[in-house]
Amino acid sequence: MEFLSEKSVFELRDVRQVKGTQIVLDGINLEIEKGKITALVGPSGAGKTSLLRLLNRLDDPANGQIFYHSRPIAEYPVQELRLQVGFVFQTPVMFPGIVADNLRTALELAGKPVADSDGLIAETLRLAEIDASLFERDGARLSVGQKQRVNIARALMSAPAVLLMDEPTSALDPETADKLMETVRHLGKEKNITVVMVTHRLSEAKRASDTTIVMESGKIIETGATDFVFGQTTNPRVREFLSSGK
Amino acid sequence: MLLLFQITEAAGAPVNDVSWFDLSLALGLILIAVGISRWQKLGLVKDFIIGAIRTIVQLVLVGYVLVYIFVVDRWYITLAILALMLIVAVKAAIGRQNKVNPQLKWITGSAMLIGSALTLVYVTTLVVTVQPWHNPRYLIPLFGMIVGSAMNGAALAIERLNSEIETRSGEIEAYLALGANYRQASAQPVRQALRASLIPTVNGLMVVGIVTLPGMMTGQILAGSSPLTAVRYQIVVVFMQAAAVAITTAIVTLWYRKTFFTTALQLKPHGSENT
Repeated sequence: MEFLSEKSVFELRDVRQVKGTQIVLDGINLEIEKGKITALVGPSGAGKTSLLRLLNRLDDPANGQIFYHSRPIAEYPVQELRLQVGFVFQTPVMFPGIVADNLRTALELAGKPVADSDGLIAETLRLAEIDASLFERDGARLSVGQKQRVNIARALMSAPAVLLMDEPTSALDPETADKLMETVRHLGKEKNITVVMVTHRLSEAKRASDTTIVMESGKIIETGATDFVFGQTTNPRVREFLSSGK
Repeated sequence: MLLLFQITEAAGAPVNDVSWFDLSLALGLILIAVGISRWQKLGLVKDFIIGAIRTIVQLVLVGYVLVYIFVVDRWYITLAILALMLIVAVKAAIGRQNKVNPQLKWITGSAMLIGSALTLVYVTTLVVTVQPWHNPRYLIPLFGMIVGSAMNGAALAIERLNSEIETRSGEIEAYLALGANYRQASAQPVRQALRASLIPTVNGLMVVGIVTLPGMMTGQILAGSSPLTAVRYQIVVVFMQAAAVAITTAIVTLWYRKTFFTTALQLKPHGSENT
Protein backbone atom coordinates (compact mmCIF):
# COMPACT_ATOMS: atom_id res chain seq x y z
CA MET A 1 0.00 0.00 0.00
CA GLU A 2 1.34 3.36 -0.97
CA PHE A 3 1.17 6.17 1.51
CA LEU A 4 1.60 9.77 0.56
CA SER A 5 3.46 10.49 3.73
CA GLU A 6 4.92 8.38 6.52
CA LYS A 7 3.99 11.22 8.82
CA SER A 8 0.29 10.48 8.42
CA VAL A 9 -1.68 9.09 11.33
CA PHE A 10 -4.90 8.86 9.34
CA GLU A 11 -5.52 8.69 5.65
CA LEU A 12 -9.02 8.83 4.17
CA ARG A 13 -9.71 7.83 0.58
CA ASP A 14 -12.97 8.65 -1.21
CA VAL A 15 -14.92 8.49 2.02
CA ARG A 16 -18.65 8.93 1.77
CA GLN A 17 -21.11 8.96 4.64
CA VAL A 18 -24.88 8.88 4.56
CA LYS A 19 -27.41 9.59 7.31
CA GLY A 20 -30.85 8.44 6.34
CA THR A 21 -31.18 9.68 2.79
CA GLN A 22 -28.80 12.60 3.28
CA ILE A 23 -25.19 12.51 2.05
CA VAL A 24 -23.17 14.09 4.87
CA LEU A 25 -19.68 13.33 3.57
CA ASP A 26 -18.92 13.12 -0.11
CA GLY A 27 -15.59 12.04 -1.61
CA ILE A 28 -13.35 12.91 1.34
CA ASN A 29 -9.62 12.49 0.66
CA LEU A 30 -7.49 13.54 3.55
CA GLU A 31 -4.34 12.96 5.56
CA ILE A 32 -3.95 13.83 9.23
CA GLU A 33 -0.37 14.57 10.17
CA LYS A 34 1.25 13.03 13.20
CA GLY A 35 1.98 15.26 16.18
CA LYS A 36 0.13 18.22 14.71
CA ILE A 37 -3.04 20.01 15.77
CA THR A 38 -5.55 19.92 12.94
CA ALA A 39 -8.65 22.10 13.01
CA LEU A 40 -11.80 21.14 11.11
CA VAL A 41 -13.81 24.25 10.33
CA GLY A 42 -16.83 24.99 8.20
CA PRO A 43 -20.42 26.11 8.40
CA SER A 44 -23.02 24.17 10.37
CA GLY A 45 -23.98 20.98 8.52
CA ALA A 46 -20.66 20.79 6.66
CA GLY A 47 -19.96 17.26 7.93
CA LYS A 48 -17.23 18.07 10.49
CA THR A 49 -18.62 15.95 13.34
CA SER A 50 -19.53 13.12 10.97
CA LEU A 51 -15.92 13.06 9.78
CA LEU A 52 -14.49 13.13 13.30
CA ARG A 53 -16.73 10.24 14.42
CA LEU A 54 -15.28 8.01 11.71
CA LEU A 55 -11.78 8.33 13.15
CA ASN A 56 -12.40 6.25 16.25
CA ARG A 57 -15.18 4.24 14.67
CA LEU A 58 -18.12 5.69 16.54
CA ASP A 59 -19.51 5.38 12.99
CA ASP A 60 -18.29 3.56 9.91
CA PRO A 61 -18.39 5.19 6.47
CA ALA A 62 -20.90 4.13 3.82
CA ASN A 63 -18.08 3.95 1.24
CA GLY A 64 -14.37 4.56 1.02
CA GLN A 65 -11.34 3.60 3.04
CA ILE A 66 -9.85 4.90 6.25
CA PHE A 67 -6.30 3.97 7.27
CA TYR A 68 -4.80 4.36 10.71
CA HIS A 69 -1.02 4.05 10.70
CA SER A 70 -1.14 2.49 7.21
CA ARG A 71 -3.63 -0.23 8.21
CA PRO A 72 -7.32 -0.18 7.39
CA ILE A 73 -9.00 1.13 10.51
CA ALA A 74 -11.45 -1.80 10.64
CA GLU A 75 -8.54 -4.24 11.02
CA TYR A 76 -7.78 -2.93 14.49
CA PRO A 77 -9.80 -4.41 17.33
CA VAL A 78 -12.18 -1.54 17.93
CA GLN A 79 -11.59 -1.26 21.69
CA GLU A 80 -7.83 -1.18 21.14
CA LEU A 81 -8.24 1.54 18.51
CA ARG A 82 -10.36 3.66 20.85
CA LEU A 83 -7.71 3.46 23.56
CA GLN A 84 -5.23 4.89 21.08
CA VAL A 85 -7.65 7.44 19.62
CA GLY A 86 -9.41 9.38 22.37
CA PHE A 87 -12.61 11.34 21.80
CA VAL A 88 -13.87 14.42 23.60
CA PHE A 89 -17.52 15.22 22.93
CA GLN A 90 -19.14 18.57 22.38
CA THR A 91 -21.26 18.22 25.52
CA PRO A 92 -19.16 16.91 28.40
CA VAL A 93 -20.47 13.72 29.98
CA MET A 94 -19.71 13.02 33.62
CA PHE A 95 -19.73 9.49 34.97
CA PRO A 96 -21.11 8.87 38.48
CA GLY A 97 -18.87 9.86 41.38
CA ILE A 98 -16.16 12.41 42.06
CA VAL A 99 -13.64 13.75 39.54
CA ALA A 100 -11.01 11.16 40.50
CA ASP A 101 -13.62 8.37 40.06
CA ASN A 102 -14.18 9.54 36.49
CA LEU A 103 -10.50 9.07 35.75
CA ARG A 104 -10.38 5.72 37.55
CA THR A 105 -13.29 4.50 35.40
CA ALA A 106 -11.32 5.42 32.27
CA LEU A 107 -8.33 3.53 33.64
CA GLU A 108 -10.47 0.45 34.31
CA LEU A 109 -11.94 0.60 30.80
CA ALA A 110 -8.38 0.78 29.44
CA GLY A 111 -7.64 -2.45 31.34
CA LYS A 112 -4.98 -0.76 33.45
CA PRO A 113 -4.49 -1.38 37.18
CA VAL A 114 -6.49 1.05 39.29
CA ALA A 115 -4.59 0.36 42.52
CA ASP A 116 -1.80 2.90 43.13
CA SER A 117 -3.17 5.07 40.33
CA ASP A 118 -3.39 8.23 42.47
CA GLY A 119 -0.09 9.57 41.12
CA LEU A 120 -1.13 9.03 37.50
CA ILE A 121 -4.53 10.61 38.16
CA ALA A 122 -2.95 13.66 39.81
CA GLU A 123 -0.49 14.01 36.93
CA THR A 124 -3.24 13.76 34.31
CA LEU A 125 -5.40 16.29 36.12
CA ARG A 126 -2.39 18.61 36.20
CA LEU A 127 -1.91 18.15 32.46
CA ALA A 128 -5.55 19.07 31.89
CA GLU A 129 -4.95 22.04 34.21
CA ILE A 130 -7.62 21.05 36.70
CA ASP A 131 -7.25 22.60 40.13
CA ALA A 132 -6.26 20.08 42.81
CA SER A 133 -9.13 21.27 44.99
CA LEU A 134 -11.56 19.71 42.53
CA PHE A 135 -10.19 16.14 42.68
CA GLU A 136 -12.67 15.05 45.32
CA ARG A 137 -15.62 17.08 44.05
CA ASP A 138 -18.77 15.42 42.73
CA GLY A 139 -18.50 15.53 38.94
CA ALA A 140 -22.09 16.69 38.55
CA ARG A 141 -21.32 19.86 40.52
CA LEU A 142 -18.61 21.23 38.23
CA SER A 143 -18.98 24.09 35.76
CA VAL A 144 -19.21 23.16 32.06
CA GLY A 145 -15.63 24.31 31.52
CA GLN A 146 -14.40 22.18 34.43
CA LYS A 147 -16.40 19.20 33.16
CA GLN A 148 -14.84 19.56 29.73
CA ARG A 149 -11.37 19.55 31.27
CA VAL A 150 -12.25 16.41 33.24
CA ASN A 151 -13.46 14.84 29.97
CA ILE A 152 -10.13 15.68 28.36
CA ALA A 153 -8.23 14.27 31.36
CA ARG A 154 -10.38 11.13 31.20
CA ALA A 155 -9.57 10.66 27.53
CA LEU A 156 -5.87 10.98 28.37
CA MET A 157 -5.92 8.12 30.91
CA SER A 158 -5.32 5.49 28.23
CA ALA A 159 -2.31 7.50 26.99
CA PRO A 160 -3.76 7.95 23.50
CA ALA A 161 -1.66 8.87 20.49
CA VAL A 162 -4.53 10.89 19.02
CA LEU A 163 -7.14 13.10 20.65
CA LEU A 164 -10.30 13.89 18.70
CA MET A 165 -12.27 16.86 20.00
CA ASP A 166 -15.74 17.77 18.80
CA GLU A 167 -16.31 21.48 19.42
CA PRO A 168 -14.88 21.21 22.94
CA THR A 169 -15.36 24.92 23.62
CA SER A 170 -18.83 25.42 22.15
CA ALA A 171 -20.51 25.71 25.56
CA LEU A 172 -17.82 27.90 27.08
CA ASP A 173 -17.42 31.66 27.32
CA PRO A 174 -14.61 33.10 25.16
CA GLU A 175 -12.17 33.51 28.05
CA THR A 176 -12.61 29.93 29.33
CA ALA A 177 -12.48 28.66 25.75
CA ASP A 178 -9.16 30.44 25.16
CA LYS A 179 -7.67 28.92 28.30
CA LEU A 180 -8.86 25.45 27.30
CA MET A 181 -7.33 25.83 23.86
CA GLU A 182 -4.07 26.86 25.46
CA THR A 183 -4.21 23.66 27.51
CA VAL A 184 -4.87 21.58 24.40
CA ARG A 185 -1.95 23.21 22.65
CA HIS A 186 0.38 22.47 25.60
CA LEU A 187 -0.88 18.92 25.72
CA GLY A 188 -0.22 18.35 22.06
CA LYS A 189 3.33 19.58 22.41
CA GLU A 190 4.18 18.10 25.82
CA LYS A 191 2.81 14.61 25.13
CA ASN A 192 3.31 14.68 21.37
CA ILE A 193 -0.37 13.91 20.87
CA THR A 194 -1.98 14.37 17.48
CA VAL A 195 -5.07 16.52 17.97
CA VAL A 196 -7.97 16.78 15.53
CA MET A 197 -10.58 19.26 16.65
CA VAL A 198 -13.82 20.48 15.21
CA THR A 199 -14.41 24.10 15.99
CA HIS A 200 -16.85 26.78 14.99
CA ARG A 201 -14.61 29.54 16.32
CA LEU A 202 -12.27 30.56 13.52
CA SER A 203 -10.07 32.54 15.91
CA GLU A 204 -9.52 29.32 17.84
CA ALA A 205 -8.46 27.39 14.74
CA LYS A 206 -6.19 30.23 13.69
CA ARG A 207 -4.44 30.46 17.04
CA ALA A 208 -4.27 26.84 18.18
CA SER A 209 -3.90 24.68 15.06
CA ASP A 210 -1.03 23.83 12.74
CA THR A 211 -3.27 22.63 9.92
CA THR A 212 -6.74 23.76 8.97
CA ILE A 213 -9.30 21.86 6.93
CA VAL A 214 -12.27 23.83 5.63
CA MET A 215 -15.41 21.84 4.88
CA GLU A 216 -18.64 22.74 3.15
CA SER A 217 -21.65 20.56 2.28
CA GLY A 218 -19.83 17.31 3.05
CA LYS A 219 -16.74 18.18 1.02
CA ILE A 220 -13.29 19.51 1.80
CA ILE A 221 -12.86 22.83 0.02
CA GLU A 222 -9.46 23.76 1.42
CA THR A 223 -6.70 22.15 3.42
CA GLY A 224 -3.23 23.32 4.35
CA ALA A 225 -1.06 24.99 6.95
CA THR A 226 -3.23 27.22 9.13
CA ASP A 227 -1.19 30.35 8.27
CA PHE A 228 -1.70 29.66 4.58
CA VAL A 229 -5.42 28.91 4.82
CA PHE A 230 -6.13 32.03 6.86
CA GLY A 231 -3.66 34.33 5.13
CA GLN A 232 -3.09 33.36 1.54
CA THR A 233 -5.83 31.14 0.21
CA THR A 234 -7.19 32.21 -3.14
CA ASN A 235 -10.26 29.96 -2.96
CA PRO A 236 -13.16 32.45 -3.08
CA ARG A 237 -15.55 30.19 -1.11
CA VAL A 238 -13.00 29.74 1.66
CA ARG A 239 -12.29 33.47 1.72
CA GLU A 240 -16.00 34.15 1.91
CA PHE A 241 -16.42 31.70 4.80
CA LEU A 242 -13.39 32.97 6.69
CA SER A 243 -14.45 36.58 6.26
CA SER A 244 -17.93 35.74 7.57
CA GLY A 245 -16.26 35.21 10.94
CA LYS A 246 -18.48 32.24 11.85
CA MET B 1 -55.95 -13.33 69.52
CA LEU B 2 -56.45 -17.06 69.98
CA LEU B 3 -60.16 -16.59 69.45
CA LEU B 4 -59.46 -14.69 66.27
CA PHE B 5 -57.18 -17.48 65.14
CA GLN B 6 -59.82 -20.10 65.87
CA ILE B 7 -62.38 -18.08 63.98
CA THR B 8 -60.19 -17.55 60.93
CA GLU B 9 -58.95 -21.12 60.93
CA ALA B 10 -62.52 -22.35 60.78
CA ALA B 11 -63.43 -24.06 57.55
CA GLY B 12 -64.99 -21.93 54.89
CA ALA B 13 -68.58 -20.86 55.07
CA PRO B 14 -71.16 -22.27 52.67
CA VAL B 15 -70.82 -20.64 49.27
CA ASN B 16 -73.54 -18.39 47.85
CA ASP B 17 -73.72 -19.45 44.23
CA VAL B 18 -74.21 -16.71 41.62
CA SER B 19 -77.10 -17.76 39.37
CA TRP B 20 -77.62 -16.51 35.81
CA PHE B 21 -80.40 -14.31 37.17
CA ASP B 22 -78.01 -12.86 39.77
CA LEU B 23 -75.54 -12.20 36.97
CA SER B 24 -78.14 -10.28 34.97
CA LEU B 25 -78.64 -8.06 38.04
CA ALA B 26 -74.87 -7.43 38.11
CA LEU B 27 -75.30 -5.79 34.71
CA GLY B 28 -76.89 -2.92 36.62
CA LEU B 29 -73.38 -2.05 37.84
CA ILE B 30 -72.18 -1.63 34.28
CA LEU B 31 -75.25 0.50 33.53
CA ILE B 32 -74.11 2.90 36.28
CA ALA B 33 -70.73 3.26 34.54
CA VAL B 34 -72.51 3.72 31.19
CA GLY B 35 -74.75 6.38 32.75
CA ILE B 36 -71.77 8.34 34.09
CA SER B 37 -70.04 8.10 30.72
CA ARG B 38 -73.15 9.44 28.98
CA TRP B 39 -73.67 12.20 31.55
CA GLN B 40 -70.09 13.44 31.23
CA LYS B 41 -70.02 12.85 27.43
CA LEU B 42 -66.89 10.69 27.69
CA GLY B 43 -67.58 8.85 24.44
CA LEU B 44 -67.16 5.52 26.25
CA VAL B 45 -70.77 4.22 26.16
CA LYS B 46 -70.15 1.95 23.17
CA ASP B 47 -66.85 0.73 24.62
CA PHE B 48 -68.48 -0.08 27.97
CA ILE B 49 -71.27 -2.08 26.30
CA ILE B 50 -68.90 -3.97 24.01
CA GLY B 51 -66.52 -4.49 26.95
CA ALA B 52 -69.32 -5.89 29.13
CA ILE B 53 -70.47 -8.26 26.37
CA ARG B 54 -66.90 -9.39 25.74
CA THR B 55 -66.36 -9.97 29.47
CA ILE B 56 -69.42 -12.21 29.69
CA VAL B 57 -68.72 -14.14 26.47
CA GLN B 58 -64.97 -14.56 27.10
CA LEU B 59 -65.28 -15.62 30.72
CA VAL B 60 -68.21 -17.99 30.14
CA LEU B 61 -66.30 -19.59 27.28
CA VAL B 62 -63.17 -19.86 29.42
CA GLY B 63 -65.31 -21.43 32.14
CA TYR B 64 -66.55 -24.12 29.77
CA VAL B 65 -63.08 -24.67 28.32
CA LEU B 66 -61.63 -25.07 31.82
CA VAL B 67 -64.38 -27.52 32.77
CA TYR B 68 -63.55 -29.55 29.64
CA ILE B 69 -59.79 -29.45 30.32
CA PHE B 70 -60.25 -30.44 33.97
CA VAL B 71 -62.47 -33.34 33.03
CA VAL B 72 -60.30 -34.60 30.15
CA ASP B 73 -57.06 -34.01 32.13
CA ARG B 74 -54.46 -34.76 29.43
CA TRP B 75 -50.88 -33.43 29.88
CA TYR B 76 -50.56 -32.35 26.25
CA ILE B 77 -53.78 -30.35 26.34
CA THR B 78 -52.65 -28.59 29.51
CA LEU B 79 -49.25 -27.78 27.99
CA ALA B 80 -50.92 -26.53 24.80
CA ILE B 81 -53.05 -24.17 26.87
CA LEU B 82 -49.97 -22.91 28.73
CA ALA B 83 -48.21 -22.32 25.39
CA LEU B 84 -51.21 -20.39 24.09
CA MET B 85 -51.25 -18.24 27.23
CA LEU B 86 -47.55 -17.53 26.81
CA ILE B 87 -47.90 -16.53 23.14
CA VAL B 88 -50.76 -14.15 23.88
CA ALA B 89 -48.80 -12.63 26.79
CA VAL B 90 -45.66 -12.16 24.66
CA LYS B 91 -47.69 -10.41 21.96
CA ALA B 92 -49.24 -8.14 24.57
CA ALA B 93 -45.84 -7.36 26.14
CA ILE B 94 -44.34 -6.12 22.87
CA GLY B 95 -47.58 -4.94 21.28
CA ARG B 96 -47.59 -1.54 22.95
CA GLN B 97 -43.91 -0.74 22.42
CA ASN B 98 -43.20 2.23 20.19
CA LYS B 99 -40.02 0.71 18.83
CA VAL B 100 -40.11 -2.94 17.88
CA ASN B 101 -36.74 -4.41 17.08
CA PRO B 102 -37.09 -7.54 14.88
CA GLN B 103 -35.31 -9.64 17.49
CA LEU B 104 -37.45 -8.33 20.34
CA LYS B 105 -40.20 -10.91 19.78
CA TRP B 106 -37.78 -13.80 20.24
CA ILE B 107 -35.95 -12.22 23.14
CA THR B 108 -39.18 -11.45 25.02
CA GLY B 109 -40.66 -14.85 24.20
CA SER B 110 -37.59 -16.73 25.39
CA ALA B 111 -37.23 -14.62 28.54
CA MET B 112 -40.90 -15.04 29.47
CA LEU B 113 -40.75 -18.76 28.73
CA ILE B 114 -37.68 -19.29 30.89
CA GLY B 115 -38.86 -16.99 33.70
CA SER B 116 -42.37 -18.44 33.80
CA ALA B 117 -41.43 -22.10 33.31
CA LEU B 118 -38.71 -22.07 35.97
CA THR B 119 -41.06 -20.44 38.46
CA LEU B 120 -43.93 -22.80 37.66
CA VAL B 121 -41.75 -25.89 38.00
CA TYR B 122 -40.37 -24.63 41.33
CA VAL B 123 -43.82 -23.90 42.73
CA THR B 124 -45.55 -27.05 41.50
CA THR B 125 -42.78 -29.46 42.48
CA LEU B 126 -41.42 -27.95 45.69
CA VAL B 127 -44.04 -25.67 47.17
CA VAL B 128 -47.55 -26.83 46.24
CA THR B 129 -46.47 -30.36 45.15
CA VAL B 130 -49.04 -30.82 42.42
CA GLN B 131 -50.14 -34.41 41.74
CA PRO B 132 -50.10 -35.47 38.96
CA TRP B 133 -47.55 -32.95 37.64
CA HIS B 134 -49.86 -31.82 34.82
CA ASN B 135 -52.96 -31.27 36.98
CA PRO B 136 -54.67 -28.44 35.05
CA ARG B 137 -56.60 -27.24 38.10
CA TYR B 138 -53.28 -25.96 39.51
CA LEU B 139 -51.09 -25.46 36.46
CA ILE B 140 -53.41 -23.20 34.47
CA PRO B 141 -54.29 -20.65 37.16
CA LEU B 142 -50.76 -20.61 38.59
CA PHE B 143 -49.21 -20.18 35.15
CA GLY B 144 -51.72 -17.45 34.32
CA MET B 145 -50.64 -15.42 37.33
CA ILE B 146 -46.94 -16.08 36.69
CA VAL B 147 -47.05 -15.23 33.00
CA GLY B 148 -49.17 -12.15 33.64
CA SER B 149 -46.55 -10.76 36.00
CA ALA B 150 -43.72 -11.71 33.64
CA MET B 151 -45.57 -9.91 30.85
CA ASN B 152 -45.93 -6.68 32.82
CA GLY B 153 -42.31 -6.85 33.97
CA ALA B 154 -41.01 -7.49 30.45
CA ALA B 155 -43.09 -4.66 28.97
CA LEU B 156 -41.83 -2.20 31.59
CA ALA B 157 -38.22 -3.31 31.18
CA ILE B 158 -38.29 -3.03 27.38
CA GLU B 159 -39.94 0.36 27.41
CA ARG B 160 -37.52 1.71 30.01
CA LEU B 161 -34.45 0.30 28.27
CA ASN B 162 -35.54 1.91 24.99
CA SER B 163 -35.96 5.29 26.63
CA GLU B 164 -32.84 5.04 28.80
CA ILE B 165 -30.62 4.18 25.83
CA GLU B 166 -32.15 6.98 23.80
CA THR B 167 -31.74 9.63 26.49
CA ARG B 168 -28.32 8.39 27.60
CA SER B 169 -26.85 7.93 24.12
CA GLY B 170 -24.22 10.60 24.85
CA GLU B 171 -23.11 8.82 28.01
CA ILE B 172 -23.06 5.43 26.27
CA GLU B 173 -20.90 6.80 23.45
CA ALA B 174 -18.60 8.42 26.04
CA TYR B 175 -18.03 4.96 27.53
CA LEU B 176 -17.57 3.36 24.09
CA ALA B 177 -15.09 6.06 23.07
CA LEU B 178 -13.01 5.15 26.12
CA GLY B 179 -12.77 1.52 25.01
CA ALA B 180 -15.77 0.11 26.87
CA ASN B 181 -17.53 -3.03 25.65
CA TYR B 182 -21.30 -3.00 25.22
CA ARG B 183 -21.89 -4.39 28.71
CA GLN B 184 -19.87 -1.65 30.36
CA ALA B 185 -21.37 1.05 28.13
CA SER B 186 -24.96 0.03 28.86
CA ALA B 187 -24.59 -0.89 32.55
CA GLN B 188 -26.40 2.21 33.81
CA PRO B 189 -29.41 1.99 31.40
CA VAL B 190 -29.76 -1.71 32.19
CA ARG B 191 -29.72 -1.02 35.92
CA GLN B 192 -32.38 1.67 35.52
CA ALA B 193 -34.57 -0.58 33.34
CA LEU B 194 -34.31 -3.45 35.83
CA ARG B 195 -35.11 -1.19 38.75
CA ALA B 196 -38.09 0.33 36.96
CA SER B 197 -39.50 -3.09 36.12
CA LEU B 198 -38.97 -4.52 39.62
CA ILE B 199 -40.18 -1.56 41.69
CA PRO B 200 -43.91 -2.38 41.21
CA THR B 201 -43.17 -5.90 42.47
CA VAL B 202 -41.28 -4.60 45.50
CA ASN B 203 -44.06 -2.10 46.21
CA GLY B 204 -46.58 -4.94 45.91
CA LEU B 205 -44.68 -6.98 48.50
CA MET B 206 -44.71 -4.00 50.87
CA VAL B 207 -48.43 -3.20 50.79
CA VAL B 208 -50.07 -6.54 50.05
CA GLY B 209 -52.91 -7.18 52.48
CA ILE B 210 -52.84 -3.57 53.71
CA VAL B 211 -53.50 -1.39 50.68
CA THR B 212 -54.52 -4.16 48.31
CA LEU B 213 -56.41 -7.37 48.99
CA PRO B 214 -55.24 -9.66 46.20
CA GLY B 215 -57.88 -10.94 43.79
CA MET B 216 -56.91 -14.56 44.13
CA MET B 217 -57.15 -14.52 47.91
CA THR B 218 -60.47 -12.67 47.78
CA GLY B 219 -61.74 -15.19 45.24
CA GLN B 220 -60.72 -18.13 47.40
CA ILE B 221 -62.42 -16.65 50.45
CA LEU B 222 -65.59 -15.96 48.49
CA ALA B 223 -65.44 -19.51 47.16
CA GLY B 224 -65.49 -20.83 50.71
CA SER B 225 -61.83 -21.40 51.63
CA SER B 226 -60.50 -20.62 55.06
CA PRO B 227 -58.88 -17.17 55.04
CA LEU B 228 -55.63 -18.69 56.34
CA THR B 229 -55.47 -21.19 53.50
CA ALA B 230 -56.17 -18.36 51.11
CA VAL B 231 -53.43 -16.27 52.75
CA ARG B 232 -50.87 -19.05 52.45
CA TYR B 233 -51.67 -19.50 48.79
CA GLN B 234 -51.49 -15.77 48.29
CA ILE B 235 -48.03 -15.61 49.86
CA VAL B 236 -46.87 -18.30 47.43
CA VAL B 237 -48.44 -16.38 44.56
CA VAL B 238 -46.79 -13.09 45.50
CA PHE B 239 -43.37 -14.73 45.85
CA MET B 240 -43.66 -16.65 42.59
CA GLN B 241 -44.71 -13.48 40.78
CA ALA B 242 -41.63 -11.71 42.15
CA ALA B 243 -39.39 -14.52 40.94
CA ALA B 244 -41.00 -14.62 37.50
CA VAL B 245 -40.63 -10.86 37.07
CA ALA B 246 -37.00 -10.87 38.26
CA ILE B 247 -35.92 -13.73 36.01
CA THR B 248 -37.82 -12.47 32.96
CA THR B 249 -36.70 -8.84 33.22
CA ALA B 250 -33.08 -9.82 33.85
CA ILE B 251 -33.03 -11.99 30.72
CA VAL B 252 -34.89 -9.43 28.61
CA THR B 253 -32.71 -6.45 29.53
CA LEU B 254 -29.37 -8.25 29.42
CA TRP B 255 -30.16 -9.82 26.06
CA TYR B 256 -32.07 -6.95 24.47
CA ARG B 257 -29.35 -4.39 25.22
CA LYS B 258 -26.97 -6.20 22.88
CA THR B 259 -29.25 -5.38 19.94
CA PHE B 260 -28.52 -1.65 20.40
CA PHE B 261 -24.88 -2.15 19.39
CA THR B 262 -23.17 -3.15 16.17
CA THR B 263 -20.39 -5.74 16.18
CA ALA B 264 -17.95 -2.79 15.97
CA LEU B 265 -19.38 -1.50 19.27
CA GLN B 266 -21.27 1.39 17.72
CA LEU B 267 -24.56 2.57 19.08
CA LYS B 268 -27.37 2.18 16.59
CA PRO B 269 -29.03 4.17 15.23
CA HIS B 270 -26.41 6.87 14.91
CA GLY B 271 -26.76 9.17 17.90
CA SER B 272 -25.26 12.49 16.87
CA GLU B 273 -27.52 15.21 15.59
CA ASN B 274 -24.58 17.22 14.39
CA THR B 275 -23.05 16.77 10.99
